[in-house]
Amino acid sequence: MNGAPQVHYLNVDYGIRSWLFTTDHKRIAWLYLLSVTLFFFFGGFFATLIRLELMTPQGDLVQAETYNKFFTMHGVTMVFFFLIPSIPAVLGNFLVPMMVGARDLAFPRLNLASWYIFILGGLFTLASAAAGGVDTGWTFYTPYSSIYSNSHVALTVVGVFVTGFSSILTGLNFVVTIHKMRAPGLTWFRLPLFIWAIYATSIIFILGTPVIAITLLLVGLERVFNLGFFDPARGGDPVLFQHLFWFYSHPAVYIMVLPAMGVESELVTAFARRRVFGYSFVAFSSLAIAVIGFLVWGHHMFVAGQSVHAGLIFSLLSFLVAIPSAIKVFNWTATLHRGSISYDAPMLYALGFIGLFTIGGLTGLFLASIGVDVHVHDTYFVIAHFHYIMVGGSVMAYLGGIHFWWPKMTGRTYPEPVARVAALIVFLGFNLTFFPQFVLGYLGMPRRYHAYPPEFQALNVMSSAGASILAVGYVLPLIYLIWSLRYGRVAGRNPWGARGLEWQTPSPPPTHNFDVTPRVVAEAYAYDKEPEETYEFGSPSRA
Amino acid sequence: MWQNLPLFPQQASTMAPRVDALFFFLIALSLFFGLLIAFLIVYFAVKYRRRPGYERGVSIDASIALEIFWTAVPFGITMVLFFWGASIFLDQTQPPVGAIDIAVVGRQWMWKLQHPEGQREIDELHVPVGRPVKLTMTSEDVIHSFFVPEFRMKMDVVPGRYTTAWFEATKEGEYPIRCSQYCGAQHSGMLGRVIAMTPADYQQWLGGGATGVSAAQAGQNLFQRLGCATCHKSEGGSQGPSLAGLFGKTVKLQDGKSAVADEGYIRESILDPQAKIVAGFQPVMPTFKGLVSEEGILQLIAYIKSLSQQERTAAK
Ligand code: HEC
Ligand SMILES: [Cu+2]
Ligand SMILES: [Cu+2]
Repeated sequence: MNGAPQVHYLNVDYGIRSWLFTTDHKRIAWLYLLSVTLFFFFGGFFATLIRLELMTPQGDLVQAETYNKFFTMHGVTMVFFFLIPSIPAVLGNFLVPMMVGARDLAFPRLNLASWYIFILGGLFTLASAAAGGVDTGWTFYTPYSSIYSNSHVALTVVGVFVTGFSSILTGLNFVVTIHKMRAPGLTWFRLPLFIWAIYATSIIFILGTPVIAITLLLVGLERVFNLGFFDPARGGDPVLFQHLFWFYSHPAVYIMVLPAMGVESELVTAFARRRVFGYSFVAFSSLAIAVIGFLVWGHHMFVAGQSVHAGLIFSLLSFLVAIPSAIKVFNWTATLHRGSISYDAPMLYALGFIGLFTIGGLTGLFLASIGVDVHVHDTYFVIAHFHYIMVGGSVMAYLGGIHFWWPKMTGRTYPEPVARVAALIVFLGFNLTFFPQFVLGYLGMPRRYHAYPPEFQALNVMSSAGASILAVGYVLPLIYLIWSLRYGRVAGRNPWGARGLEWQTPSPPPTHNFDVTPRVVAEAYAYDKEPEETYEFGSPSRA
Repeated sequence: MWQNLPLFPQQASTMAPRVDALFFFLIALSLFFGLLIAFLIVYFAVKYRRRPGYERGVSIDASIALEIFWTAVPFGITMVLFFWGASIFLDQTQPPVGAIDIAVVGRQWMWKLQHPEGQREIDELHVPVGRPVKLTMTSEDVIHSFFVPEFRMKMDVVPGRYTTAWFEATKEGEYPIRCSQYCGAQHSGMLGRVIAMTPADYQQWLGGGATGVSAAQAGQNLFQRLGCATCHKSEGGSQGPSLAGLFGKTVKLQDGKSAVADEGYIRESILDPQAKIVAGFQPVMPTFKGLVSEEGILQLIAYIKSLSQQERTAAK
């Protein structure tokens, strides 16, 4: 039962065409994994250049124009081409059908098309980098982006516009799959929490992405055809752009962090070997975040000249959206209570996630407190805050998830001790990089500064030192995971003793995931039962 | 590099201690919850570590009471934070009456400022300690942001409209102005400083280098030169409405709506006169877009404001 199966989704066919034209969600997950990994290191390369420049106050490594392109390429790549697709498109693709007991997503060909659209958008962005880059910041604020910038705005904007369709289609695919393709007996309240999180994320994909697409299209039209949407000289309104942009881009923060929360629920339960505490509260808090998350965009404009009343209302709503996140943190912590906890690498990432996400969330309260935000807005305090959420939260969960499901995806295990050390390095390097930035922000260092006053140097040097440690933490998994593909021990069906449906099929799974459609007869995370008491596979399947 | 490693900026305005008080409260709150969660994680992770004979956790179902408790507590705390932050913000956004009116025009990559007495400054702003200063700001090109960390004050400077901010310096000294909205190549070089001086020194500074022409007078000159006066006579009876006493009043419009005659309204009347037509008048006022600079418009506004002040003093 524990040996690798003879034929599975990886070895059914080896040809390059069998990969490029595959409609198997598991293979498409690999296509995404390879592409987002490339984008991650591409965006990381620019982060390295930023941290190098900021080692000294004078701005002496590169020209200001070049530096501005560095942070723009870093932001655009990391947000649109790594963070947004990372967990949904890699882990979501691999896991959603298996977790609901289906053979594939509802629309397998659409799924492949989504990947091609993503790559097309990515190529536009790479082309703009090759042509000389963009310098607007990933936020593309008008009228700088639409009129004043002398860089390749149009090309980049088209790239982001195009990838948006990939998000929308992926979201649709997930929603339909989760509604229509659940195995018999798999009721909504028996679904793994990862599925709830992906479902909530998909709603944001579908409702939010069209808005950013249109907004960026308008920027492009204003820039290329001189139409007046945002430029006051042509009768436009620059703050209108910010409303439209953040109407998507705030919910996009939840696109990045909701799936991470889903992964977190899977990891904590698997390594504490008990049912999650407060299942329905964790599940509904995902939906609450998705809904309230659409109503808080104005907190990005507390000092942009929106009315005082609008500011107050957005402050209030921003506090409310913090509550479902707090509920999740309390429930994960309570899940550890009376668990049987092991400290395998994925769990180290999961525990690190709780710590860093908590700091990110608490500093979010500083920003929602509108009187304090006036001071820290657009400073390094904000940079630190969202890196705690998006890197400390989402990237930690992504790495934890990759480690957790790696044996399922590849059939191999990685060297556990090295993986634990890497997780610790990431945690320490991350804190050293970003904690000093809270102090810098409160001291008054604005973001996107190429040169800065000398009294800020010590904190910036700490941050750069931390970044070099963080880089080691990110390169290590790249090395040992690749190594494990060939030399890792054979993992077996369920190396962690987890209860998810995906662990009840061989590793790597057969192309159609399950030989027999499973029947679910108990709730998720039934660690007090045997897997056989949760899932029934008819007679021939488990032979 | 390592000597003088400050952790907090100086407090140099009336607002600074108030913002800091909430900030320190937030830090205390974060320490409490952060350490609580960290302690629980470490404690559980050690106490319930997996060991032989203890291979499975004990699944305990949710306790509704507990869930309500940890929903209600954050709710209560966030509401306290909301009202506290909002009360600061309301004061941050409402300049006290009698503030010194400074006109600010931002552009890539400098700050141009004008005092009501007429002094113009570039990248420098001299102010007296102990008196509120109100900034009426706009930009000639992209969005900038006027940020003085020591005052805990920041406001975006947006083309095509006015934003306002105010501060009252409490300590003499020089405080950096940093542009905090990304505005292009020299964004990090768009710096300035506020020089807060004793009221006596400030009076002296105003006296020295004075042009003798106040902002309102400069506005009056422009008003004549641009021909506004031909249509806007103070006696009335001309093509356009009298502008005396206009500032701050509610104006009835042709379409039955009304509008408050603030800085933004007057700016729009000059640049886009057809946008709002005053009831009882014809839409004959031409646009002055391109004919008058942002600074000129601010001077015209200073002039129209001064007409209202004259009215008020005359009424008394
Ligand atoms: C050709 C005549 C004409 C000229 C020249 C003119 N205006 Fe006007 N202005 C009008 C008329 C008529 C109105 C009322 C109709 C409207 O609102 O457009 C008006 C309205 C205004 C208002 C709104 C008044 C209110 O009661 O709400 C302001 C302010 C104003 N003008 C300022 C100026 C300034 C400053 C100039 C010079 C730069 C100027 N005008 C030049 C004809 C003129
Ligand atoms: Cu937001
Ligand atoms: Cu600027």
